[in-house]
Amino acid sequence: MRGGGWQVAIAVLRRTVIHTYKNPAIIIPSLAFPLVFLLAFAGGLSAVSNVPGFTFAAGYTAFQFVFVFLQMAAFGGIFTGYRLAEDYESGFARRLMLGAPRRLGIIVGYLLAGLVRFAFIGVLLWALALLTGMDVKGSLLDIVGLVALGALINVACSLWTIGLAFRYQSVDIGSFMQTPVFVLLFLAPVYVPLALLTGWLKGAASVNPLTLIIDAGRGFISGDPTKVLYAFAASIAIGGLMWIWATRQMKRAEAGVG
Amino acid sequence: MTSVAAPAARHEPAALRQVALIARRSVSRTFRQPELVIPVILFPLILLAVNAAGLQSVTRLPGFPTDSYINFAIVVCFVQGALFASITAGTELASDIQKGFLDRLSLTPARRWTVLVGATFGGTSVSIVGTLVYLGVGLIFGVHIEAGVLGAVVLVALAVYIALAFAGIGAWLAIQTGSPEAVQGMFPLLFVLFFLSTMNLPADFIEKDWFRSIAQANPISFLIDGMRGLILDGWDAGTLLPCIAVATAILVLFFGLASRGLRKRVTRT
Repeated sequence: MRGGGWQVAIAVLRRTVIHTYKNPAIIIPSLAFPLVFLLAFAGGLSAVSNVPGFTFAAGYTAFQFVFVFLQMAAFGGIFTGYRLAEDYESGFARRLMLGAPRRLGIIVGYLLAGLVRFAFIGVLLWALALLTGMDVKGSLLDIVGLVALGALINVACSLWTIGLAFRYQSVDIGSFMQTPVFVLLFLAPVYVPLALLTGWLKGAASVNPLTLIIDAGRGFISGDPTKVLYAFAASIAIGGLMWIWATRQMKRAEAGVG
Repeated sequence: MTSVAAPAARHEPAALRQVALIARRSVSRTFRQPELVIPVILFPLILLAVNAAGLQSVTRLPGFPTDSYINFAIVVCFVQGALFASITAGTELASDIQKGFLDRLSLTPARRWTVLVGATFGGTSVSIVGTLVYLGVGLIFGVHIEAGVLGAVVLVALAVYIALAFAGIGAWLAIQTGSPEAVQGMFPLLFVLFFLSTMNLPADFIEKDWFRSIAQANPISFLIDGMRGLILDGWDAGTLLPCIAVATAILVLFFGLASRGLRKRVTRT
């Protein structure tokens, strides 16, 4: 980015981090969701691993952890866009649009803030999972691969919601930020591997790009990397599409449309 | 509004009229905003569809109470719909507080409970529509209600009663915070209660002791198990009565707290 874009990005990042630090309550929902999902899925559904045909080397907690980790990454991204929508409602985002010498820096700043949130909650999630006895069979490189997939998902979801925030400039759009992401996540093999799914969900999960990403993540944690290239290609492609969406909506906002 | 301010407001029929007047405004306001209605109705259905297909394989576990997971999971929609509607109700009430509508209403002789029930009825009515949609979809996809037609009627009545009770939670949150964003921000915390309940598996099938203990003490489990009993077992007072008792306790507690909070808020104003 030229012409002060990075300064804008760093300023937005700094403001968002300071705001979160001063108002820790706003991080509670994005923290509570994954922690409870982990407890609920890994704890409450552990009997699912007794279903005939279910095999996963690292155990059911690790099986569910990957889903919850990627879900956390996705929802961290949603909260990023929600933050921008709130800034629009307070009038800050409009002033920022007027004052920023390079407006792409605004998008990058919110993306970086989303990644910081992802890193913070991710560390807590890993700590909780490991403390409660999750078995990790993958190597350090495998775990880096899993975290990288999470970061890419976080960026893609941030871009999706940033685009919505630019377009609607209101927190009323919150439900529409969450719903498509939630649907895509749950149209993947959440509770059991793809092979144990039946009916329409098996069909939907088979064509859902998130299935590739979740399967690759589960491969990483169980020390048996699988579909790695496809998963990264899918993540980058989704992120690229979302970048186009977000920048277009920003340009629309610049033009004062809507 | 003149009817709300009438001296006859002290009589019960007049109180109901107050509720009706305020509720009518709340309902029309809510249904004019599809973004408040569509997710409440669609989201539980999406989760039902996903869970019914994703967890169908658990019905192969020995002793599972049904061979169709949708029979087991359908009631979760009702309670989820009620929860989502409570957030809608709370958000709308908080918006009324922000805009000063509640202050103006408090100048009239309208009773506090009529204001609260009326102002949150938009959310409750979304839940009523949702309940009928969930039941219709469930029946289309083969849900069999062991308690029969009367059981279906009781199921709908229970779902509406639970929605009304949950609207009290929304009202309390709105009165406490006075901010629609803050009410919406509480949604994840309420939502997690579902996941720590018997929504996905019966208590006997939860292997982890700590989780089973939480689920068995979770009020949401009582609500779910009571309604689920009508579908899976027929008439079972052992699950139905605790369900009604818990819903009543939530209704009385949260509308009571909200009413008290409203009095304080009006006094401050």
